[in-house]
Amino acid sequence: MSAIAESRDTAPERPSAVAAALKAVPGHLRTAASNVLPPLVALAILVGIWQVLCMSPGASLPPPTKVVADTWELIVNPFFDNGGTDKGLFWHLAASLKRVAIGFSLSAVVGILLGVLIGQSSAAYRGLDPIFQVLRTVPPLAWLPISLAAFRHADPSAIFVIFITAVWPVILNTAVGIRQIPQDYRNVAKVLRLTGPEFFFKIMLPATVPYMFTGLRIGVGLSWLAIVAAEMLIGGVGIGFFIWDAWNSSLMSEIILALVYVGIVGFILDRLIGFAAARVSGPKVRA
Amino acid sequence: MSNHAYLSLENVGMEFNRGNQRSVVLQDVALKIDRGEFISIIGHSGCGKSTVLNIVAGLLRCTRGGVLLENREVDSPGPDRAVVFQNHSLLPWLTVYDNVRLAVDKVFGKTKSRAERDEWTLHNLSLVHMDHAVRKYPEEISGGMKQRVGIARALAMEPKVLLMDEPFGALDALTRAHLQDSLMEIHLKLGNTVIMITHDVDEAVLLSDRIVMMTNGPAATIGEVLEVPLKRPRRRLELTEDPTYTRCRGEVIRFLYERHRHAEAA
Repeated sequence: MSAIAESRDTAPERPSAVAAALKAVPGHLRTAASNVLPPLVALAILVGIWQVLCMSPGASLPPPTKVVADTWELIVNPFFDNGGTDKGLFWHLAASLKRVAIGFSLSAVVGILLGVLIGQSSAAYRGLDPIFQVLRTVPPLAWLPISLAAFRHADPSAIFVIFITAVWPVILNTAVGIRQIPQDYRNVAKVLRLTGPEFFFKIMLPATVPYMFTGLRIGVGLSWLAIVAAEMLIGGVGIGFFIWDAWNSSLMSEIILALVYVGIVGFILDRLIGFAAARVSGPKVRA
Repeated sequence: MSNHAYLSLENVGMEFNRGNQRSVVLQDVALKIDRGEFISIIGHSGCGKSTVLNIVAGLLRCTRGGVLLENREVDSPGPDRAVVFQNHSLLPWLTVYDNVRLAVDKVFGKTKSRAERDEWTLHNLSLVHMDHAVRKYPEEISGGMKQRVGIARALAMEPKVLLMDEPFGALDALTRAHLQDSLMEIHLKLGNTVIMITHDVDEAVLLSDRIVMMTNGPAATIGEVLEVPLKRPRRRLELTEDPTYTRCRGEVIRFLYERHRHAEAA
């Protein structure tokens, strides 16, 4: 999060040479270019460094040119399906995303409900918060053996791992949001004699939405982190298994390509939640 | 015990018990207020004037005595005692219109039609001269405007008593003067019963029929009640030279700074 904010802050202070070059371009094109150009330049530099470092014949990792050449089939043809786990990258990503979607949806619903509970009731807060604080530090993969034992199938186990990973930040942020509803808003509700459901929908929910979405955003990031690791262990179709499979076949280029895809998908997930948050909470959430 | 006062505070007392420590915040606050009267409560900070207001609002329950409104005991908050909070407390996710409309829908949901409620919302916003900004969000308008909307929201509940907790305390002097004028205009038009907390002597004298001066805590109580026999409508400019105004102002200042000087302010 802070990295995003930082890059945004420093973006206007681009090198003057770039600024001069941009002056030739008119209006909105120029602002678009000033947003797109710096990351492209940075990317080109990083890829260049990688190329130089890995160009020597004895390098243990392939340079970018070799990665593209090795994996060209996979890049241009993401939709093939030869049965079993021999599928295009699109299908692997789709399988992973499906697990994340189910697990994350569960954690959103349960997390918000539990968050409302411990946010509203100090007894529930005092009882449950210490337990949650301990449980949330358990690494996602540590839950896998237990969930495999409990569910006895790979898929529900992976989904459970996603759920248990993403649920804590949702609970804790929702609870914080509710506890931070200003006393003034509660007084307004009291003077108006709002009923329980009215208070929930007209005051509590809108006042807490920004916090909930902070939790959801952290949660979706964590679940994407966890799914890749979980799939390496449970096998089947999925981007995590794809990476593990490539490692077993010593296909370094495929691993690197998969990593790029994982990163991009994770970024898109994060932005989707951010976008939804902006839409739901509207522009006027700040008090 | 009770008589025909519209609103009456009957020996209201407030104490807190923390462990075996007992602290008395208010003691024997007794006051009778007539319908249509404008009362200010003034005192040094920490003297419990907000506590008095919150007790009348029903947001706090007094530990001794009680509050009677039209001979009925006040024991919970309600729209018949609308509060204008110091920091406006508009809901930031609702527009100016929707903030007022929320109150209107809640209070008149059963008695007024949809169209009537819309009209009543707009009517109250125009009363505080905010009809130009009905579609704006609170963060898009100035502090003074927010407070105007807060007043409109309270007025729209048609309260029996309008309670104002330092309503203009956070505003600059010029904005404050504008809002005071608006408030006087509304009070003249509607004849509301108002209790206002303030720490501004001029504001108290300008607006009030009576000024309730509170002693310092702990165990704060009403020290003196000053009648302000100035005719309405009152005009700020004419009053600056008015001997009655000057006398009232002097008395409040003498009370606050001579007889009940705040220990820490010294």
